[in-house]
Amino acid sequence: MNTTTREANMDAAHIEESNEHHEAHPTGIKRWLFTTNHKDIGTLYLWFSFIMFLTGGAMAMVIRAELFQPGLQLVEPNFFNQMTTVHGLIMVFGAVMPAFTGLANWLIPMMIGAPDMALPRMNNWSFWILPFAFTILLSSLFMEGGGPNFGWTFYAPLSTTYSPDSTALFVFSIHIMGISSIMGAINVVVTIVNMRAPGMSWMKLPLFVWTWLITAFLLIAVMPVLAGVVTMVLTDKYFGTSFFDAAGGGDPVMFQHIFWFFGHPEVYIMILPSFGIISAIVPAFSRKRLFGYSSMVYATASIAILSFLVWAHHMFTTGMPVFAELFFMYCTMLIAVPTGVKVFNWVATMWRGSLSFETPMLFAIAFIILFTIGGFSGLMLAITPVDFQYHDTYFVVAHFHYVLVTGAIFSIMAAAYYWLPKWTGHMYDEKLGKLHFWCSVISVNVLFFPMHFLGLAGMPRRIPDYAIQFADVNQIVSIGGFAFGLSQFIFLALVIKCIKGGEKAPAKPWDGAEGLEWTLPSPAPYHSFSTPPEVK
Amino acid sequence: MKHLWYSLLGLLLAPPIFAADMPLNMTPGVTEISGKVFGLHMTILYICCAIGIIVFGAMIYSIINHRRSKGAVAANFHESTKVEIAWTIVPFVILILMAIPATKTLIAMEDPSDADITIKVTGSQWKWHYSYFDHDIEYYSLLATPRAQIEGSETKGENYLLEVDKPLVLPINKKVRFLMTSDDVIHSWWVPAFAVKKDANPGFINEAWTRVDKPGTYRGQCAELCGKDHGFMPIVVEVLSEADFDIWIEEQKNQATIAAAATEASLSQTLSMDELMTQGEQIYMARCAACHQPNGMGLPGVFPGLKASAIATGPVTAHIDIVVNGKAGTAMQAFAGQLTPQEIAAVVTYERNAWGNDVGDTVQAADVSQHGQ
Repeated sequence: MNTTTREANMDAAHIEESNEHHEAHPTGIKRWLFTTNHKDIGTLYLWFSFIMFLTGGAMAMVIRAELFQPGLQLVEPNFFNQMTTVHGLIMVFGAVMPAFTGLANWLIPMMIGAPDMALPRMNNWSFWILPFAFTILLSSLFMEGGGPNFGWTFYAPLSTTYSPDSTALFVFSIHIMGISSIMGAINVVVTIVNMRAPGMSWMKLPLFVWTWLITAFLLIAVMPVLAGVVTMVLTDKYFGTSFFDAAGGGDPVMFQHIFWFFGHPEVYIMILPSFGIISAIVPAFSRKRLFGYSSMVYATASIAILSFLVWAHHMFTTGMPVFAELFFMYCTMLIAVPTGVKVFNWVATMWRGSLSFETPMLFAIAFIILFTIGGFSGLMLAITPVDFQYHDTYFVVAHFHYVLVTGAIFSIMAAAYYWLPKWTGHMYDEKLGKLHFWCSVISVNVLFFPMHFLGLAGMPRRIPDYAIQFADVNQIVSIGGFAFGLSQFIFLALVIKCIKGGEKAPAKPWDGAEGLEWTLPSPAPYHSFSTPPEVK
Repeated sequence: MKHLWYSLLGLLLAPPIFAADMPLNMTPGVTEISGKVFGLHMTILYICCAIGIIVFGAMIYSIINHRRSKGAVAANFHESTKVEIAWTIVPFVILILMAIPATKTLIAMEDPSDADITIKVTGSQWKWHYSYFDHDIEYYSLLATPRAQIEGSETKGENYLLEVDKPLVLPINKKVRFLMTSDDVIHSWWVPAFAVKKDANPGFINEAWTRVDKPGTYRGQCAELCGKDHGFMPIVVEVLSEADFDIWIEEQKNQATIAAAATEASLSQTLSMDELMTQGEQIYMARCAACHQPNGMGLPGVFPGLKASAIATGPVTAHIDIVVNGKAGTAMQAFAGQLTPQEIAAVVTYERNAWGNDVGDTVQAADVSQHGQ
């Protein structure tokens, strides 16, 4: 008996000691360099992603300034190509993907009732290799011959035999980004599978957690394929292999098959977490439960599975057998079904709700409408015979900017507004938030909607100069672009203001919000749930 | 930058008006296929608009009527298997209805059999080469817009960036089969009025076809990013009546005979340094300056310079060799098929004596010809 008591006392002392040890986190730069805390790492990811958003955005401004009028004014074509390439790479791998990983880090432990992510040291590593990857990529712009200029899709042989000397740097930076994504994804899977609070069964998971779980599996499946294809580019260029060179028995079209086998799941990687975010925000501000929770889960899973069967719809003009074209057309059209289910469910959630329109809801509603417009143009692009006319024109540029900017990025904005009170402990400035929303939503449509017309009228993408008939519409597009770029500084100001102070946020600032994260005080404590909550 | 501010200012003063000459929709084109493609485009567009009106309509109705500020109280429903099944099946049926005409059109588009004429289309950085299989006619087609217009020192013409020196010529009412390939990177041959867009892949041959109903001039562009001057390799197709096409074929044959005779004659000619330099400069600007730059400096790290380079100031045979045969594994093309011996002689002479290279030697057509052209 005595022994047991002593042991128990010792255990208690031990727990206390380890708790103290946990709480003694370093401050200053060391806090951020050595942190294994999911909130700190989430913050790092989100700030990194915002910096990359502005960097990639600055390149978009160069592109739009050059295209403001016909003729070559500001930059020469080789630099223009570097801008389109690096803009794409930065926005995909530097802005959208890290933003989602940041949100996953902040939110998943809080949503499933866990203290932290399952693999905290790997978490630190997966963030801290990212700045190096992008430093390598950006520094290649200053090399003799410039950085990557072959488009973010880096089609061979333009990226092999005909690419600049800096291509090795491009390849290594993509490798590092891929490693970072895979580690982030493994962490998400392990956390969700092992660290759910008692009673949190699969069909009780918040949709953001579900969508991220599926996204993480997609990442683990396709990132190695990307690593493979960049390595083949590397060896084709520097070590004399001929994967993509017909003269050595290779095939340049094989590059596109491998790339898009990664690339198409990749575009769903950039939109599935958005579905989770919108499925949290729409019910909260409709004060009504999400309509069709289980159909949302099944729809997400179907989209993920179908995403492996549609890659060649990016390649209809490469000269495929007609049966392959038909197969990929049908599969692509099929994706409209589960995606439609999602949109219908959101509208049904709003139907007969009690709606209010705070900034997160505004961004969520804009997401539903504008993402659906992007979905419509996607459906049009799926129709192979018509795709021959749309392919590689501004119609495609309009399409993927609708799904990525007014889709993915708008959902990230919505998420930031929705959870900022939980993160900072302060309410953000609602007036400033609404100003940011209206400036963004108007300018983004001036920017991207006319691109549909440019594409239909026959303007190819990735050209630094164009026929005079396209001049007026390009001018309008550029003005929309500058305005959208400037509007994002309102967001920056709002976030800084919110971190510095403001009205104290209650634990649950939105009366309709649901989920474990709102049971924690605002700001959320350093370790989310030290004792697991009971989920009924 | 100055231009930019002026245009910005101009735009603020005058309300922006869409250019009257830019169509806002896809072209119905001038072939049966392009008409069908246009029809599919409009059908799917209308379907999307109809779905959009229903979905966004329901949403906007909610936004107006179900708002808390109007005292709306949230209902409690959150699932309905019947509704879920309905909105899974209805879109599925619409898609099947859409897939039927799309499949028919696609199968028709991908059937290049029984063609009347076959033309090989070869892309290379940054020009197109056309070769008529049945007539022994072949030529390159290059951008004809002057550099001064691109750089803004001259007013831009009506067909700015959409004009070439020698257009592709086709007859109406004949099934024309195109065999697409490339000498270097992937290009894509696109003429919107024909609804033909097909990639030109190096080392492989793709097929496409068209049958044009209406004589006229149709313009297109390379659609696949193919390097620095991707935006500067337009396509122009001149479609003639069948009689006019026969006349054009005859003309081409006569011109070919005359050109062959001129080449033969040039082999025994000796041109002066001045003549070679004048002609050489013209050819250099048209064919070489895109990479090596008008000042011979190249683009460091991308395209080598010729000024004071080992090739341009070294032995003349090595210089002729690289122009005639190109350099494998680089962007340097073989010009043997693109220029006559006399033209190569002129451009080599120019490169050896311009920009202070001043090697002092002249190259004659016969020197090039001896090099095994």
